[in-house]
Order: sequence, then structure tokens, then C-alpha cells
Amino acid sequence: MTAVAGFARSRRRSELSLGLLVIAVTVGGYILVALANGPKLPSDVALILAWVFVLYVVAHLAVRRWAPAADGTLLPIAAMLNGIGFVMIARLAGAGRDYPAQARVQSVWVTIGIVVFVLILAVVRDVRFFERYRYIALLLGIGFMLLPLAPVIGQSRGGGRLWVGIGPLSFEPNEIAKVLLVAFFAAYLADKRELLTHGRIRIGRWFIPSPRDLGPLLLAWGMSLLVLAYEQDIGTSLLFFGVFAAMLYMTTRRAAYLVGTVLLLVIGGFVAYKTLGHVRVRVENWMNPWPNAAGNGRQPVQGWYAFGTGGIAGTGLGLGQPWQVPLASTDYMFSSIGEELGLVGTVGVIALFMLFIGSAYRIAIDTIRPFTKLFAAGLATILGLQTFLIIGGVTRVIPLTGISLPFVSYGGSSLVANFALLAILMRISDDSARAEPPPGTR
Amino acid sequence: MNAGIRRIGVAMIVLFVGLVAQLTYLQIGRGSQLANAPGNPRKAFADLRRDRGPIETADGAIVALSTASNDEYKHQRVYPSATATLFADVIGYQSIQNGAVGVEHTYSSALEGRTFDLQLNNLADAFANKQPVGTVVLTMTKAAQGAAAFALQGRRGSVVVLDVATGGVLAAYSNPTYDPNLLTVHDTKKAAAVFSFLSASPDNPLLSRSWRELYPPGSTFKTVTASIAQQSHVDLTTVFPVTDHIVLPQTNGVPLFNFGHERCGGSMLDSFIVSCNTTFAQVGLDLGETFATGIQKFGVQTQPPNQNGSGIDPAIVASRGPIPGTFQRNQPKFMQDAIGQNEVLVTPMEMALVSEAVANQGVILQPHVVDCVLDPSNRVVSRVGVQQYKRAIDPPTADTMRTFMLAVVNDPRGTGTAAQIPGVQVAGKTGTAETATGANPHAWFIAFAPADHPKYAIAVLVEHGGSDAAEATGGRVAAPIAKQVLQTLLSTAAPASPCGQQPGSPIPSR
Repeated sequence: MTAVAGFARSRRRSELSLGLLVIAVTVGGYILVALANGPKLPSDVALILAWVFVLYVVAHLAVRRWAPAADGTLLPIAAMLNGIGFVMIARLAGAGRDYPAQARVQSVWVTIGIVVFVLILAVVRDVRFFERYRYIALLLGIGFMLLPLAPVIGQSRGGGRLWVGIGPLSFEPNEIAKVLLVAFFAAYLADKRELLTHGRIRIGRWFIPSPRDLGPLLLAWGMSLLVLAYEQDIGTSLLFFGVFAAMLYMTTRRAAYLVGTVLLLVIGGFVAYKTLGHVRVRVENWMNPWPNAAGNGRQPVQGWYAFGTGGIAGTGLGLGQPWQVPLASTDYMFSSIGEELGLVGTVGVIALFMLFIGSAYRIAIDTIRPFTKLFAAGLATILGLQTFLIIGGVTRVIPLTGISLPFVSYGGSSLVANFALLAILMRISDDSARAEPPPGTR
Repeated sequence: MNAGIRRIGVAMIVLFVGLVAQLTYLQIGRGSQLANAPGNPRKAFADLRRDRGPIETADGAIVALSTASNDEYKHQRVYPSATATLFADVIGYQSIQNGAVGVEHTYSSALEGRTFDLQLNNLADAFANKQPVGTVVLTMTKAAQGAAAFALQGRRGSVVVLDVATGGVLAAYSNPTYDPNLLTVHDTKKAAAVFSFLSASPDNPLLSRSWRELYPPGSTFKTVTASIAQQSHVDLTTVFPVTDHIVLPQTNGVPLFNFGHERCGGSMLDSFIVSCNTTFAQVGLDLGETFATGIQKFGVQTQPPNQNGSGIDPAIVASRGPIPGTFQRNQPKFMQDAIGQNEVLVTPMEMALVSEAVANQGVILQPHVVDCVLDPSNRVVSRVGVQQYKRAIDPPTADTMRTFMLAVVNDPRGTGTAAQIPGVQVAGKTGTAETATGANPHAWFIAFAPADHPKYAIAVLVEHGGSDAAEATGGRVAAPIAKQVLQTLLSTAAPASPCGQQPGSPIPSR
């Protein structure tokens, strides 16, 4: 037990010291943005410093209290990403244009995110909680996904009906649903992994899983995709598709599942391209937006200009014109970073994501129970895939799907969901470290 | 299960490495190309937001300045109303829609304080985070430009006045013109509407007629023809037949008539005074290939004058004439070219340069509209020098041509008597250029004064003779304009330019 305690102490110490660095960088960035407009410190810099400091310390103390042996790098990395995002949002808000109130709203959401993070650490003392209530998680998840379709509170924006608005606050419930659905998938797959791996029905030399084992899974999956298709949320559909395929593969290691889902994706994508106008626009903007640079293709073209203008070192915080790209604080947040922080900034952000996701996979590997393993790996995959989809979309590696850049983009639901995801990863990490500290870190 | 997780993890790394590759391609490989792409609004926007120095005339009138604005652009470019339309064709404008044109374009970095000279002389400003914005001083004067506009009286055309000593442009007025303030409003929709209206206007007010439009020069071009003839040692005592027409060779007897079917001829001087077509058509035929090469020395059918820092934007268009080596098969064309018709098409600027050549002992200087750039403490940081553009003719030929042109104005028979100024000797040449059949001819006059010690060279063009219709001749319509402008300039003392005296003036006093 003493070994665990010492090991926990060192993890917490690095979490705190890295955190101080994160606070310095965030507040420094905030000051730089203000200095770009003239040699005057922003009036609220002390307030921002205090707020960032309190939030981080509260989160850190919560980890000390309820997950003392958890991984020490996840929280600082998430906070760093969150800090970069907040600085960019404050920077865009300062530029006037379309983003005046976003910094204030985002600061509220960050606070709520940290509260959710602390609450989950405090309440969910054992991740098997999710395993036990898997069907409730599924129902809740689908319920969340159905919310935007509800009258009165449901809202449509930019073609997709994915928002729920209550008073001045609005959020995307699909972001929350993704965590719940991964929990369900993990629980279900952990339960049926033998049956799914080896199959009960024999066709010639091949064994395939019986519909009874695969059925509920396909049903849950199909339903969510149906809802998402109806809401025109291409991003989240792709995300679920990818995560589901990856989790099936991780469970069974049968490549056929992967090949099958990719095949389905290609067919589905082709059909969507042929039949759905908004999908076709996305694909055409991906392949060649230049002829439409003034119309539909304005966003991808201006996004590329932003990256090119940024070059290696960027224009400097507050010195570029990231607002030239429509939706510079949400979908195109990454191009704003590319313009003002350059390749150094973009690769830095990607490195942070790789570290975060790598740590998450490490947590999955270090844990023992199949459910927690799959849950952690599923969460790592969903975060990684989401990051790839939006960055890939903005840089035109793949067609653009309007989802948020985790921890960085403006948007409350995404932040809350990702802080919840972080809390769960911390919980799993703490559990497995206590059971047996990971090798090499003892 | 761990093996599966690892493989998915590796796949994730591959995806992310792909992203890094794409970002490297975008931010390093294509970085500068994307940053400077014409569709990328960032550079133009940044330029608009910069503080920008004023543009002023040699006689101290501020014709462009930046004022503070409360919108995102922080500055509004203003062209003071007294001179806005007067200088629009020369200084241009700086707009959101079309970027900058004119001097605003060519001197953008000086106005923004981004040239090396400005930065070096004002290092302290750089540390104070202040832009050492430059003041661009034109060679042009409000007096000359105003006199040109006043004399044209709203007729379509152009007046170009050159400073014979420096080649600096004193006036380059093109009518109709436009108000650049309408194009620089920050309401881009409004600016775009004005721009498309101006672009579609049949009068073409956006066109700088002084150096962007080509016209047949008519008889003013006989100055060039006579110069080339004398330069080639044609005997000045040769007497040309007195006739009302000359038959063009290589045709079935097509005649070339004198103006109004008048009968004229005699010596070259006599022919020059009354602007006799038959004589100079014959001279053109006699000169042959020499004519085609001779005009190049005056800047026709050759690269137009272009000096770095001249401020002239868009560039002067090339004046056209017969191509060397085509005389044998194009003899009738050469005869018409010799009287400034057919293949010969010139800008008013080019004709002013022709006048300058005679005034300046055969030398044509590089025309420029910008004289110098001042730093914020009004010190000269850079100066556009006096440079020779061409040597058109020898000094003796120039002397003879001076007497020719003096006679046009002073001889009672001369076509340019309307340009006489009491107490000042004016040398000039008229032109009445036929255009499309049915349309009235263009009225031209080129001149320089005072003839014995030339200060100003001028070219006046009135498209289709203005309102004087078929009666319009260069002598009747254009010569009085030139007279009026020259008289105004000669009666007022030359202003002391903020740039100071031009050092090393190459013109020897006579």
C-alpha cells in the first residue's frame, strides 16, 4: 500500500506542477492577445488568473481526494487544450465580428465542465456503475439524441437539427450521448465477447455470431445512426460508426468486423452523396472548393488561407485575422490556431492530443477487467476519432463534418462531455493503479 | 484484448501523422503561396488597417490623407473634395474592393512607412511601435492640374503638362473623371455599386486618357516626321509641289487630300506652318524605313517610358506606329502614318514627350508624377531622379524644329496662332486627327514655352473636337486650351516644392 501511496504522490505532484505551467501559458496567451491591440494590460487579467487557478486547483484537489493514484498527465493536457481554446475564443471575441459574447459563455461552460468532472469523481466510485446500468445508459443516450427532435426546445442551425435550447443556453446532446453509448457498447461487448469472437452458427468453415448475440448491438447502433441521419449530424454518425467498428475489433480481433464496417461506410457514404444535398456539398467542397471560393467553398478555401498565412511560426496571437474564416471559434477553431500560432501551434496541439489519447489507451491496457478495458479504449478512440475528423475536415484531408475539437472549440456540451470522459478515464486509471501499479512506474 | 487496443492505437497514430503531414504541406510547402493568393483577403485587410501618410502636390495641397474611423478598419482614406476629382486618375485610391491603384498603389509601402529608408531614418519610431508613415510629394501642382481642368471646360479629353527641366508631370488631367471617395467608403456594397456604375459608364471616367488611351495624333505628328527628315539631312530648301492631293502608290490612284481640299506645298517650313498633308506624305514616302526607325527614338512603337518610382500606374500604354521592315509593301500606309493617321496611335503623354524633345534639345526625360517621399519630420528620404528616357534628335535638329514650331504660332498663315501669349514666345503644332468616318476629328495641340528657355511642354487632346463639331480643328479647339494653361503657369511663380530643388538638373541654360 505504501508503494501505491508513494506512486500516487509523485503522480499528483507532476499534475500540480504541470498545471502551474498550463496556467502560466493560458494567462500569458490571454495577455498577449490583449497586447496585440496596444500596450495595455487587460483589466480583467487578475480575474482570469484567479479563475483559471481556482478551477485547476479544485480539479486537482478533487483528484487527490477521490482518485489519488490516477494518471498525472491527463488533467494538465486537457487543461492546456482547454486553455489554448479559451485564449483563441477570447481573441475572436475581442475582434468583434460574430463572437462578442463567446468568451464569457465559454468561461461559464468551463466552470460547469470542471464541476461535472468533480461530481463524477465524487459520485462514481467504481466504473462498474456503468456496467451495471448499461441499458439505462443506452436509453439515456438515445433519449439525449432524440432531444433536438423535440418540439419547442429543439433547434436547427446550419442545416442540422442538433441543438437543444433552454433560455439563453444551448447545447448539443449528442456530445453527451456519445459517452453513454460507449459505456453501453463496452458493457455489452465485454459480456458477449466470447460469443462474438467465436460465433455460434457455422457456415462451412466459418463461424458467425448468432443474431441473438449481435442483435441488440446492431439495434442500438442502427437506431443511433438513424436518429443522427435524421438530424443530419454527419460528424457524430461517422464518430459512432468508427468507434463501434474499433470496439468490435478490439473485443474480437476479427478483421472481418473492421472490413465489414468500412464496406458499410463506403456504401452508406456513396448513397448519402448521391441522395443528400448537404452531403454532396460537403464532398464537393472537400474535393475542389476553389471554383466556389466566394460561395459554398468559402469556408474551406479561407481555412486553407489561414493555415498558409500562419506558416511555420504563425502571425502571433491577436495579430492574424482568423475571423476571415466563417465559424472560426467552433468548426474552424483549428484553422484559427494555425493562422496565429503557425505549424508550431498546430503540431503542438496535435501532439497534446496524441499524448492524451496515448495515455488513455495506456490506461485501457493497464486495467484488467474487460469492461473497463473496453470502456477506456472506447473513450480514447472516440476522442481520437473526433479530433481526427474535425482537424482532417478543416485541413481537407477528409470531407468536413461539423463536430467540435475536444476541449478546444467553443461549445458547452462538448466541453461537459469531454470533462466527463476525462473523469471516467481518471477513475479507471485510479482503480487499476490501486489494484496493481503499472509496471515501469513503480 | 490488449493486442487489439494496441493496433487501434497504432492506427490512430497513423491518422494523426497524416494530419501532421497535411499541415506541413499547407503551412510550409504552400505557405507563402496561400498567404499571397489573390483570394486571400488578409494582406489587403491588414494594409487597409495600417496608418497611411498623406499625398500632397508640389504646391502644398493635400490630395489624400487618412483619418481615424471607428470601425474595424481604424482608418478612412479621404480625398479632400477640392481636389478629389482633379487628381483621381493619377493618385488613384485605396479601396477594400479593388485594393489600391495609382500612386496609392505604387507608393503603398512608403505611405505605410514600410520602406527601408523610412524605417532607417526613424528607428526610434519602430521602438515606440509607431509607423514612420511617409508623405508622398507629387511633381504635379494643384495650379497646373486645376488650370488644365478649367481650360478643358468639361470636354472629353486630356491635358498633359511636363516640366521640361526634370521630366516631372505637372498636370495630367483626363476628363471625365470620378470621385475616389465613393470607392473608398467602407460600405463595400455601396463601393461595389459605384464601381460597376463607373465601369459601365460609356464616358469611361475610370480611364486615364492621359496615358492609358491611344488616339491618332493627326498633324501634331508632323513634328516627328519633320524631325526625322532633318535628322536624315533632307534638304530644307527642297520645294514640294503646291497641290490639293497626292496619289497613293500601290493603289489604283487613291488620292490623299489636304485638309479642306486646300492647295498647299512649298518648303518644308511653309508646309509645316500651314500643316500641309501632301508635303509630309511625300516626306514619309521619301523617308521609308528611316521613318519607321526614327519614330522609335521618340518612343513610338517601342517600350513606353517606365521609371522605377515614377508613380505612374497603371503603366503608360505603348504608342504605336509603322513597324520597321514593312515599308516596301505598305507605302501608302507610311504616307498616312507620316501625317499621324492610319497606323500611328499615341497617348497624349507621348505627344507631350515629343514636344519636350524639341524643347529639351532632343532629349526626352523619364516622365514621373512623384517627386519625393518625406518622413514624419518632413525630411526627404528618397527622391525620384531625373533620367533620360530617349535621345530623339540632335540639338541642331531640335533648334530647327523650334523655329518650325514657333512659326506655327507666330506666322500669320500658321494654324496655331490661337496659342499666342503676349510677351511670351510659344512654339507649337496643331493636329486635327480623322477618326472613324462620320465622327468628328480629334483636336490636338502640342506646345512648349517660353520658346527660348523652355519650362513647360504641353499636349492637349479634345476627343472629337468637343462641341465644336465638324468645325473643330486643333488650332481652333485645342490651341486656346494650351494657351490658357501655359499662361496660367507662366504668370505664377513656380512653387517651392517640399522636396526642395531638384539636384543636378541636366538642362543647360540657353
